[in-house]
Amino acid sequence: MTRRPSDPPAADARAAEAGAADGAPAAVAGLPPAVELRGITKRFPGTLANDAVHLTVRRGEIHALMGENGAGKSTLMSVLYGMERPDAGSILIDGREVSFGSPGAAMAAGLGMVHQSFKLFDSLTVAENVVYRAEPRRFGLVDRAAARRRVRGLAAEHGLAVDPDARVGDLPVGLRQRVEILKLLHRGARTLILDEPTAVLTPAEADALFTVLRSLTARGRTVILVTHKLREVLEASDNVTVLRDGRVVARLRTADTSGAGIAAAMTGRDVELDRVHPAGTPGEVVLDVEGLSTAGVHDVRLSVRAGEIVGVAGVAGNGQSELVEALAGLRPVTAGRVALRGGDITRASATERRAKGLAYVPEDRHAVGTAPAASVADNLAMGHHRTALSSRRGLLPPSAVRAHARELVGRFGVKAATPDVPASSLSGGNLQKLLLGRELAHGAPLLLVEQPTRGVDIGAVQAIHDELIAYRDAGHAVLLVSAELSEIRGLADRILVMYEGRVTAAYDRPDADETALGLAMAGGAPAPAPGTPDTPAPDGD
Amino acid sequence: MFLDSDLLMSALRALTPILLAALGGALCERAGVFNIGLEGMMLMGCFTAVATSWFTGSPWLGVLAAALAAAAYSLILAVGAVTLRGDAVVLGVAMNLLAVGLTSFLLRTVFGVQGTFDDPSLAGLPLVGGFSPLAYLAWAAVGVSALLLSRHVWGLRLRGVGEAPDAAATLGVSPARYKYAAVLVSGVLCGLAGAQLALGNVTLFSENMTAGRGWIAVVAVMLGRALPLGVLLAALLFGLAEAAGFRLQGLGMPQQATDAAPYVVTLVALFLSTAQRRRRTARTTGNARTTGVAP
Repeated sequence: MTRRPSDPPAADARAAEAGAADGAPAAVAGLPPAVELRGITKRFPGTLANDAVHLTVRRGEIHALMGENGAGKSTLMSVLYGMERPDAGSILIDGREVSFGSPGAAMAAGLGMVHQSFKLFDSLTVAENVVYRAEPRRFGLVDRAAARRRVRGLAAEHGLAVDPDARVGDLPVGLRQRVEILKLLHRGARTLILDEPTAVLTPAEADALFTVLRSLTARGRTVILVTHKLREVLEASDNVTVLRDGRVVARLRTADTSGAGIAAAMTGRDVELDRVHPAGTPGEVVLDVEGLSTAGVHDVRLSVRAGEIVGVAGVAGNGQSELVEALAGLRPVTAGRVALRGGDITRASATERRAKGLAYVPEDRHAVGTAPAASVADNLAMGHHRTALSSRRGLLPPSAVRAHARELVGRFGVKAATPDVPASSLSGGNLQKLLLGRELAHGAPLLLVEQPTRGVDIGAVQAIHDELIAYRDAGHAVLLVSAELSEIRGLADRILVMYEGRVTAAYDRPDADETALGLAMAGGAPAPAPGTPDTPAPDGD
Repeated sequence: MFLDSDLLMSALRALTPILLAALGGALCERAGVFNIGLEGMMLMGCFTAVATSWFTGSPWLGVLAAALAAAAYSLILAVGAVTLRGDAVVLGVAMNLLAVGLTSFLLRTVFGVQGTFDDPSLAGLPLVGGFSPLAYLAWAAVGVSALLLSRHVWGLRLRGVGEAPDAAATLGVSPARYKYAAVLVSGVLCGLAGAQLALGNVTLFSENMTAGRGWIAVVAVMLGRALPLGVLLAALLFGLAEAAGFRLQGLGMPQQATDAAPYVVTLVALFLSTAQRRRRTARTTGNARTTGVAP
């Protein structure tokens, strides 16, 4: 935990207590902070989601809570909003200690949360959504005229214009978000928590949202902005608290900091993970993508050569998953061309692509990558059933399946009691080794691999990285998508950055410094990249 | 003349049990519980009404007991589907099968007869202005439930619960409570429907006497889009089909054919409404695809 040197000295006894604990910023002018979290710790099986987190949000400010995926932001907000019980720590609202057993209790205390996935009733009108559970009544009936007036009044006061009689299901996303905010204002929320509010908004809608948020704080309300987007933090917030791996790693005043400072705090630097592997020796082009578009991906051009790892960096949700799914044949391509070893596969099915030399390690190893209820042996056989294991009349001889499993388990160091235990009994790292091993065993010229080490412990990370490098050195092409900058920097020979569905920056590894990448990932101005915006010369672009 | 006021009267009489059950089904549908146990709840109501009327001599106590018994029976669905998160369809089918077996068994043990219990001294419901009092209750229930659903605070919350239970929960509304309430009310209404069938339309109990009316009520819920007025129209259609069946029987058509009339109408109505829904869904999903919701 870093202590910000310019923290003002504790102003009152209460702040002194908190301050003594970790140097949290003290309340201004004797007013207690709108929200104060002290030493919040929350454990889930296998992870420490929040580790003694302190958060102080002053009244009337926009406070950004930043961190990468899995840094513990959502857990912290769930604790604050009464959705999760903390294992340790206390919550103070306006200086009074509280304990919320439910979101309803948090709401009664003046908190309100706009969830990332909206919680609205599509078939009901805007007015009905806003007043739900806090309805104006006449003779036991919902006073619809009063509800409409209320919506119009709140809308006019805060610049949140929306038709009270429109059906919410018919509204665009930006307006639905307004309905969510109106809902909270109608309930008298004094502190609004917005979880990744711009994730689904266009830039123009996002700007409109920030204007609204500023008008809210100007009227004395407080906003907690949970986000991983640098640009909006710099644009909209007064103060920033940065979480990494469940701990507070920085508390900054937005005016005193730069995007680079926050990016560095957010991405951090784990010496263990920063091992940089020697560069590969690229051969001929294996994957060639021209102007590919699909839902969430726009006009992507890239190529991957044999003996090279191309890393796609980016904050999750910027089109990387969609790109990989389109390449794997799981998502229809709306425009552009994909060629594998010179053959067009733009319209090929996933099976055809695999037959032509593609292997794929999907991001979600539980839901997509493996069948958790099936045995380790069966999971390892999947995909190999067509080739190595197939026998006459389409039967899979159990002996062959088991032998195959034993070989891969040994080769990739999967720790499983026997090949017959269900895949769900494996740890995250072992399941990932199983999945990676199964795909590498195809020896396909092209490997698509997404988030290979998410939620995997450090030992397994090292092994997985070594496998990927060995695969590359054997002359295969690898397209690696990862939200971990250090992973991309350690493994990739070339690095592309995706932002909002486009490849916005490209670097050769020696040119990719972490700050520039962090900035590009957050949508900041990309540092000048050498050559063309996507691929270097040998591809003949 | 085939379509005359007699036919309409007889259609209105035939419609009452279906309407009561379907209104209960509509409430459940709105609360997000797919209730296909209407048939079984109704049959429990039939038996309880007849047994209570027989032993107390009061058809009114029969009606009350039927409502309570069917409500208690509906708890199987409420506990199973809401609290234990079981499959409502499986539970509903089980309830319907159980009700047939249970009432047949009770008929034998309580009355010592098989097939039908019928006695001249069994008190049925009186007629008021040509209709059973429960018929008036059913019509009133259409208006009340329409108002309740569209305008009342409870109805708004119920609709919210049915549409997006998560969203309701984040606002402090307990989806389970509203679902329980809807299922219990549907139990009461089905009990009344059963009482009407066994003490109103006829005055007897026979095994499996609901004869698919509960299933027709389920179809009426779908056909009427779970709107009370829509359900009324759908139930009226089935009432007419049943009345027309009787009429055709009087005109010499074989009974097997005329008894099938309501079910044929059900099939045709289901087919038409499914076809229409499919067209509508095709349009909506087409829209969703072009709107493109970001993941």
